Amino acid sequence: MHTIIKPRRGLAQLDLAEVWQARELLGFLAWRDIVIRYKQTTLGILWAFLRPFLTMVIFTVVFGRIAKLPSDNVPYAVFTFTALLPWQFFATAFAESANAIVGNGYMITKIYFPRLILPLASVAVGIVDFAVSFVILIFIMIGYHTPISPRVVMLPLFFALCVIFTIGLGLWTAALYVRYRDMRHLIPFLTQFGMYVSPVAYSTSSVPARYRFLYSLNPMTAVIDGFRWSLLGTTQLYVPGLVAGTVTSIVLLVAAVYYFKQTETVFADVM
Amino acid sequence: MKDAITAQGIGKTYRLGEQATAYGLMRERVADLFKAPFRKREASAPKEPFWALKDVSFTIGQAEVVGLIGKNGAGKSTLLKILSRITEPTEGRVDLYGRVSSLLEVGIGFHPELSGRDNVYLNGAILGMSRNEIRRKFDEIVEFAEIAKFLDTPVKRYSSGMYVRLAFAVAAHLEPDILIVDEVLAVGDAAFQQKCLGKMRDIRSEGRTVIVVSHNMATIATLCQRVLWLDAGRLTMAGATQETVQRYLSEGAQYDMSWVPRHPSNAEFEYHSVSVLRADTKEMTDSIPGDVGIDIMFDFSVVKPLSDGRIELRLVNDFGEVLFTTTSADPDLRRNHPWSMGRHTFTCLIPANLLPPGTYRISVTHPFGGWDIVHENILAFAVTEQNSLAAIDGRAGKIAPRLDWSRD
Repeated sequence: MHTIIKPRRGLAQLDLAEVWQARELLGFLAWRDIVIRYKQTTLGILWAFLRPFLTMVIFTVVFGRIAKLPSDNVPYAVFTFTALLPWQFFATAFAESANAIVGNGYMITKIYFPRLILPLASVAVGIVDFAVSFVILIFIMIGYHTPISPRVVMLPLFFALCVIFTIGLGLWTAALYVRYRDMRHLIPFLTQFGMYVSPVAYSTSSVPARYRFLYSLNPMTAVIDGFRWSLLGTTQLYVPGLVAGTVTSIVLLVAAVYYFKQTETVFADVM
Repeated sequence: MKDAITAQGIGKTYRLGEQATAYGLMRERVADLFKAPFRKREASAPKEPFWALKDVSFTIGQAEVVGLIGKNGAGKSTLLKILSRITEPTEGRVDLYGRVSSLLEVGIGFHPELSGRDNVYLNGAILGMSRNEIRRKFDEIVEFAEIAKFLDTPVKRYSSGMYVRLAFAVAAHLEPDILIVDEVLAVGDAAFQQKCLGKMRDIRSEGRTVIVVSHNMATIATLCQRVLWLDAGRLTMAGATQETVQRYLSEGAQYDMSWVPRHPSNAEFEYHSVSVLRADTKEMTDSIPGDVGIDIMFDFSVVKPLSDGRIELRLVNDFGEVLFTTTSADPDLRRNHPWSMGRHTFTCLIPANLLPPGTYRISVTHPFGGWDIVHENILAFAVTEQNSLAAIDGRAGKIAPRLDWSRD
């Protein structure tokens, strides 16, 4: 094994093979985060089920019953949960991965490992949470006698889009956060504001047609509509929006990985 | 002998003032954007680059154990961080041949809520071990750390000794070709330190290459074949251990021998200086033989009439342990003593034949602030092996007092 250390010039080397080699570390870090989250809590792992479930109940009461938002002729609980599933994944995984470098600063200054591992591990934790929520969704759908559309086979594609977008935004923010501590205030704002411009509590059909494309530049619109389309079979797919969301996500991810690799050399210096 | 590490002209600069902007708020960058059209960057341009390292070149052969010595701020840590790939050099190039592990700290990633067992796996993975490798060495690690009974207890319930033993045990079972170590030997009690030193010797006999930083010249002397001496970011000398360590200790005042506060403490009381002197010759010094007493001299003025108070002095050893605290009221066996106005000199004598070889740092207080107003680590001095009891037989213990024995 021969390692060369010298100042980087020009565009960063991606060196994704190195990240792949460290996949066990990624697993360990994700596992650590999951385990310690439920340590010292009375309800323990039950929280993993309670959190998404309670959010759904609150949404159903506030938006479904009180505000009476239309839900495309599906029980509101099912309607909102199909959106909460990808949205909560995005909101938590984004916030956690954005914080992954600064939050683990003491490790960054003491040892080398591929830095990408940290935000990726946070996203991995989100995927585990997602799996738990998915089980709840199935029970809710059974409870409401809502049939699952056969288009469900397409669901992994929409989830993949969601993961790509989350990693892209998370990496950007994680790298920026090291230099600009303003991110601490911006991250909660983004996740909160983002929910209002994504069709979580309401349906995309409520958005005026002329704003439709602009609205779809937010990749989470395509993701959520995709989830409803493949699980419930109600929502129409808006193809230009899907294309726009996919292109946005992929461009964001590629740029984010480069930006991250470009700035990671100074992480330890400014930490 | 094949090369394990070659370094050519390494330099590392931190721009003074950069840290401020790096930490800075986005507002500054945004403000810069608006200012840019009207004002060139001249205002912020004259930033002096500060070279933490400059023109450092060396070669280390396979299976060599090399010590890295120098004062605080000489660039040792920066060099270790570059070799460990934590930070990038500004110029130059390093070639490392083999698998590298670096131990700038033990127990990285340890989580207090997790059990000893879980932490071994987590920490091992962070240090670059695979799951299988850890599983294979697990029993050995646990045995080395002597914590078998507490494997499934969260480490937050461990004593600090157990915690450190476990952390070191994981690190000690790495099998890198090149090992980079920073002062981590300074952990645990004396018996465990001996065990760690033994492990370090094993590592050497196994043909691994080691770079070790230490302030403890005794450790350096027992472990290393060759020493690199850094001073102010440059390589001052690279040579055989004995020779280099001796020159390092004799030349270049290793520590400041006297401390003069930058700002007066406050209006009523003011330190002029605190100094370390040899008790026999009353010379200021930073290194003292084991059989010579040490005078800590306080020079100060009392400007206003004051109530009772006392100066406290705290002595900390190589391992960061407080050896003792002593106060200017101790001779009276009282808590405080009265003060008169004017300029005074107090001297505290640390007796000969008390401290084992090593470096010691002192912290002092303001007479009326206690540990609320503390001047921390203002001075350091070394007790050398010359005429030292502990150097004769390498005995265990944080102090090595020469006590009275009656022999019939």
